[in-house]
Amino acid sequence: MEPTLILAIATMGGLGLFFAAGLAIADKKLAVEDNPFVVKINEALPGVNCGACGKAGCYDFAVNVAEGTASVTGCPVGGSDTAKEIAMIMGVEAADSEIKTIPRILCKGGNSEAVNKMVDYYGPLSCSAMEIVSGGEKQCLYGCLGAGDCVDACPFDALVMNENGIPEVVPDLCTSCGICVKSCPRDIIEMHPIDQTVFVFCKNQDDPRTAKEVCNVACIACGICARKSDGGIEIINNVGVINYSLLDDTKIPFEKCKTGAIQKIDLELDLGIKMKKN
Amino acid sequence: MSFFSINKSFKGGVHPDEHKDLTENSAFELMPYPAEVVLPLSQHIGKPSKVLVKKRDLVKSGQVIAEPDGFISSIIHSPITGKIKDIGKTASVGGRPQEAVTIVAEGEDEVVFMEPLDADSISPEMIIERVKEAGIVGQGGAAFPTYVKLMPPKDKNIECIIINGAECEPYLTRDYRYMVERTQDLIVGIKLIMRALGVKRGIIGIEDNKPEAIKMLKEATSQNSEIKVEVLKTKYPQGAEKMLIKVAVNKEVPPGKLPLDVGVVIQNIRTAISVFDAVVKGEPQITAALTVSGFGIKTPKNLIVRVGTTVQQVLDYCGGTNEDARKVIVGGPMMGVAQYDMSAPIQKATSGLLVLTEPEMKHSQETNCLRCGACVDVCALNLIPKDLAKFSKAGKWDEAEALGVTVCMECGTCSYNCPANIPLVQWIRLGKQRVINIQRSKQNVS
Ligand code: SF4
Ligand code: SF4
Ligand code: SF4
Ligand code: SF4
Repeated sequence: MEPTLILAIATMGGLGLFFAAGLAIADKKLAVEDNPFVVKINEALPGVNCGACGKAGCYDFAVNVAEGTASVTGCPVGGSDTAKEIAMIMGVEAADSEIKTIPRILCKGGNSEAVNKMVDYYGPLSCSAMEIVSGGEKQCLYGCLGAGDCVDACPFDALVMNENGIPEVVPDLCTSCGICVKSCPRDIIEMHPIDQTVFVFCKNQDDPRTAKEVCNVACIACGICARKSDGGIEIINNVGVINYSLLDDTKIPFEKCKTGAIQKIDLELDLGIKMKKN
Repeated sequence: MSFFSINKSFKGGVHPDEHKDLTENSAFELMPYPAEVVLPLSQHIGKPSKVLVKKRDLVKSGQVIAEPDGFISSIIHSPITGKIKDIGKTASVGGRPQEAVTIVAEGEDEVVFMEPLDADSISPEMIIERVKEAGIVGQGGAAFPTYVKLMPPKDKNIECIIINGAECEPYLTRDYRYMVERTQDLIVGIKLIMRALGVKRGIIGIEDNKPEAIKMLKEATSQNSEIKVEVLKTKYPQGAEKMLIKVAVNKEVPPGKLPLDVGVVIQNIRTAISVFDAVVKGEPQITAALTVSGFGIKTPKNLIVRVGTTVQQVLDYCGGTNEDARKVIVGGPMMGVAQYDMSAPIQKATSGLLVLTEPEMKHSQETNCLRCGACVDVCALNLIPKDLAKFSKAGKWDEAEALGVTVCMECGTCSYNCPANIPLVQWIRLGKQRVINIQRSKQNVS
């Protein structure tokens, strides 16, 4: 072998060894103590960085939990399993696993029920943008605008726009993050336990006459449901509001609601799932 | 600035079709007062006024029916003689229901104006008091209570006022008509505003498409060393506050600051006329002046109507709409609001009512951004509309904020000029609103 070649290999090899040693020493001397909790918690998290916890991402959430500034149950996406795992890592009790919550779109005034203004809307197809300029094409000032800001906002593709122009949730895909709730300019999306079946699907605060004019399925504040409910339903601002802690569905005369604004949904039909009986 | 244009202007801007010829030669007509008026309690920026009357009360023209609630608010007078029919929610310009007082005309018109004052001897304090009592609001669009503008904070040193005679919105000719029909009154009104503010310098900015107004006002001010006419190039948005200040006194209003901060107060032509009427005639602001125009209306006119007259009544008075009418806009075509409920009332600051036909509107298929930069070229505030719109659309509020989305004055020049028909200003407005909300909630937290 050429002596020059040997020299070259030796030099490069020597240099390599030298720097490697340097790095090895630096690694030992300058090592940053990575909080082992953070690492473990981070591994337990779903890692989708959706931000539903209110932190900058999963790692940031892990740091906050380790430092005690976020709750072990703070990740809505991971749900109770993740919460339990994190609680174990942190050595605390996790609260009893709660039942999953999913968003409910409290408006059923789709294209075939809601009355349109005599206008065509030209402009950005976004509910928030429509809300700024006198609220899109529907006359109702409280209902779903149907441009799907929530559908776009959902990081998990768990919302789909149905043919009638009202979004629907796919429970299997939904992670309960609640991002859709914030995206709706009309505030008609609410998170509810998945086994909750009674809702007033309307937020219209117009007087009964106007409400009837603008939509076929509006709550017209007749109060029939409220009168029979023993405090479970109250008419506030011309619309029925349910107090779930007092609600007894057996007392509610659903069939008497003229517009069908209050409904008890059939979970099997509605969600295509079987609820386990406890 | 281009070498060949002697008239002053700013960078950017566009030249929409003006269509001012539809009404520029029609003198103001006084529309007889309608059988019923609807007076919104919020015809100004600030808190809605507090109602002083009850259902079935009898009121006279000029009688106070609502008083200011707080510093930034305004007095409202009954524009007709009649009976209060209702107080409650009604339709509004802009679409959302609003609190309003409905009055039905009854009996002979009885007028209760204030005492006329002498324009030559009136003190600054009295001018301000009178402007407040007359319920005058800025009539350039924003409807800011005028008396507040006449009382700038003590630490601001106001050097000059600019009277905005640019009227850069297409179609509108209201201010032009005032300049040529009531030239002398206008000058007196301007002098009153100057005295109230204690300034010695007044500038009337007029676009060069109004030679008649320029000639008449130049003549009227030739003996007056304090008021000067400044001829501006015809270009949209020449009448925007920041542009006007840049062009007339060569000062830049920094983002987030007001004209006050650079020592300037801007007033609209019709506001100056209202000040004259309030002082010299004792007349409160119970009328609005507007240009009714567009190819969709039978007879375009310049009208003076009682505040609270509905859009429908005005349209009927102008002979109704043509068959091909497609869109009604309250205000100018660039910044006005499309109207769907014709029972909405005309407010103090309403400057125009347009009925447009298909060819006058710009509704073409939106395509993807061509990255041509046409929007950037025309933005008078040096913003990058395409990026602002992009980030607003994607919900990237931080990025939109960093690029200055809150600075945008929503003039719509960018949308107008975009060959891809992207609704730029619409997206930007969404982003602006969102970012301002976020900033506010952050302030509240800290
Ligand atoms: S539907 Fe709503 S709550 Fe469910 S994952 Fe999507 S954004 Fe989150
Ligand atoms: S964001 Fe609200 S208004 Fe828009 S589609 Fe979803 S539920 Fe309807
Ligand atoms: S003018 Fe329209 S197409 Fe051109 S860069 Fe701006 S947004 Fe894009
Ligand atoms: S609307 Fe805003 S971004 Fe567009 S040109 Fe006007 S100031 Fe610039």
